[in-house]
Amino acid sequence: MSLSVALRHRLGDFRLDVAFESNGRLTALFGPSGSGKTSLVNLLGGLLRPDEGRIVADDRVLVDTSTGIFVPKHKRRIGYVFQDARLFPHMTVSQNLRYGRFFVPNAERYSDLDGVVDLLGIGHLLDRKPGSLSGGEKQRVAIGRALLASPRLILMDEPLASLDDNRKAEIMPYIERLRDETKIPIVYVSHSLGEVARLATDIVVLDAGKVAVSGPAPDVLRRLDLLPAEERSEGGVVLDMRVAGYDATFGMTALTSAAGEIQVTGLDAKPGTMARIRIRARDVIVATERPKGLSALNILPGNVASIRTGADPFADVLIDCNGQHVAARITRQSSDALGLQPGLPVFAIIKSVTFDRANTTSFAAGHQAPQDRTTSEKVG
Amino acid sequence: MQWLLDLTPDEWDAVRLSIKVSAVAMVFSLPPGIIIALLLARGRFWGKSILNGIVHLPLILPPVVTGYLLLITFGRRGPVGAFLDQHFGIVFSFRWTGAALACGIMAFPLMVRAIRLSIEAVDRKLEAAAGTLGANPLWVFGTITLPLILPGIVAGMILAFAKAMGEFGATITFVSNIPGETQTLPSAIYTFTQVPGGNAGALRLTIISIIIAMAALVASEVVARRISRRIDIE
Repeated sequence: MSLSVALRHRLGDFRLDVAFESNGRLTALFGPSGSGKTSLVNLLGGLLRPDEGRIVADDRVLVDTSTGIFVPKHKRRIGYVFQDARLFPHMTVSQNLRYGRFFVPNAERYSDLDGVVDLLGIGHLLDRKPGSLSGGEKQRVAIGRALLASPRLILMDEPLASLDDNRKAEIMPYIERLRDETKIPIVYVSHSLGEVARLATDIVVLDAGKVAVSGPAPDVLRRLDLLPAEERSEGGVVLDMRVAGYDATFGMTALTSAAGEIQVTGLDAKPGTMARIRIRARDVIVATERPKGLSALNILPGNVASIRTGADPFADVLIDCNGQHVAARITRQSSDALGLQPGLPVFAIIKSVTFDRANTTSFAAGHQAPQDRTTSEKVG
Repeated sequence: MQWLLDLTPDEWDAVRLSIKVSAVAMVFSLPPGIIIALLLARGRFWGKSILNGIVHLPLILPPVVTGYLLLITFGRRGPVGAFLDQHFGIVFSFRWTGAALACGIMAFPLMVRAIRLSIEAVDRKLEAAAGTLGANPLWVFGTITLPLILPGIVAGMILAFAKAMGEFGATITFVSNIPGETQTLPSAIYTFTQVPGGNAGALRLTIISIIIAMAALVASEVVARRISRRIDIE
């Protein structure tokens, strides 16, 4: 599945001017409120008609203003999961789920009711009316409804934004299953870096209607300076590591990769499987000597790859740990005091307790996040 | 109680005729009522406020004026009336069908208003959602919009029926007051008040009017409750 987008659209004073391509299984459209994310998905879903541009999904031209092509929304076969679930209030959950099925030709139906109900854990809700469901349940039903229309692409517009943390935690695993167990590509809109880092294989960062950066998730997440200011402290790197063992006495899981060994908590995974961990840059301490007598368990040796400083008091240090990168956000003062410069051998120190559930995700062995693709970056 | 049911044949005719005229007026004004309500709620076209004005005119004009306008357009010699008579054999003047036409027109603004309000209350995001699931605009209307505006449609129908039951001025101007053909309940009551000793008859028909009106209201209440339970709005 490939998605190729080049659009120009004007909404009042706001101008959207974006171009990106993605081959990922879950492409996150990420950016602060007002950056044009929702307009962009509405354009993808056919709810808006662009002033100018082209959308091609899987070699199928959905929009091309130069040749006058505009496939209306009911013919796009794009499953849209809205922020406000938008379930039909006069139908039961089961009727809601089956609504889109009816409009799909038999030969093109690939999703079956039982499978979707099972995937989303909504079997006990089938006879209920949407009015009596909790926010999390509604959102799961909405995802199921979109899936059962056998879409070629799923759009999710901040599906978790209106939910509290517990409900978010309830739905997140279902979206991960959707990403890993079905072949349908997903475009996921969010302004939460936590969600994006956990779910995305590819990221498109939007800022003021323009693409700031796009590419595979690990590459984009490393570029702290390109993230929206208010999310910068959430930025960091994503490492795919192998589960080496579990210590039941202390409840610690050991992970290894080329960078070294890391101990995390709160990860429920079998040895040998892969786990993705996110290390926030602000959680990383930089030392020029291997420290002793320190409570932090994770000390990764490496060399300073780059130091990026700006007008603010921070220095974003990228540390090359045997081929894998760890980003650290420290103050410019510390950077000067330590005499950091590219090539200097340093140690990246990470507290194990900084890994919470959202920072560690296990996934099936054999599934490797794309590491080899390069980050495409838009200049200006 | 016996006194109440001891109606003369003419009085029974008036009761039956009133119900028939009102029911026909209600049923036939429903399809144009829904279409006009949709146009006014959703349409964007030149002359929308003029259409809105024309629809509401019967509510504002004296009923006699509406009746007279009907007489000169739908009467046998009127332009529309003559055309319908020659080509379709449909005659409105001095027939019960004319009474139904007059009642339908007088009740039309009330019906359109009720339906229009319910259409405006429909969350268009739900329609957009149905569209993304593959439903074309016609399917969206049939499976989403129509079921959601059903309470408004029922309310509009009941209002139209009640208004038709009470319609007097336009009816008597357009189709006169012929017992057995165009004499509805209000006309019959009016006739009783015009003759000496007619008080008892007038009172009987008045009580019957009240009973029919109450029954219609209760029925609408029951239907509306049933629909809203089915829809289960959050």
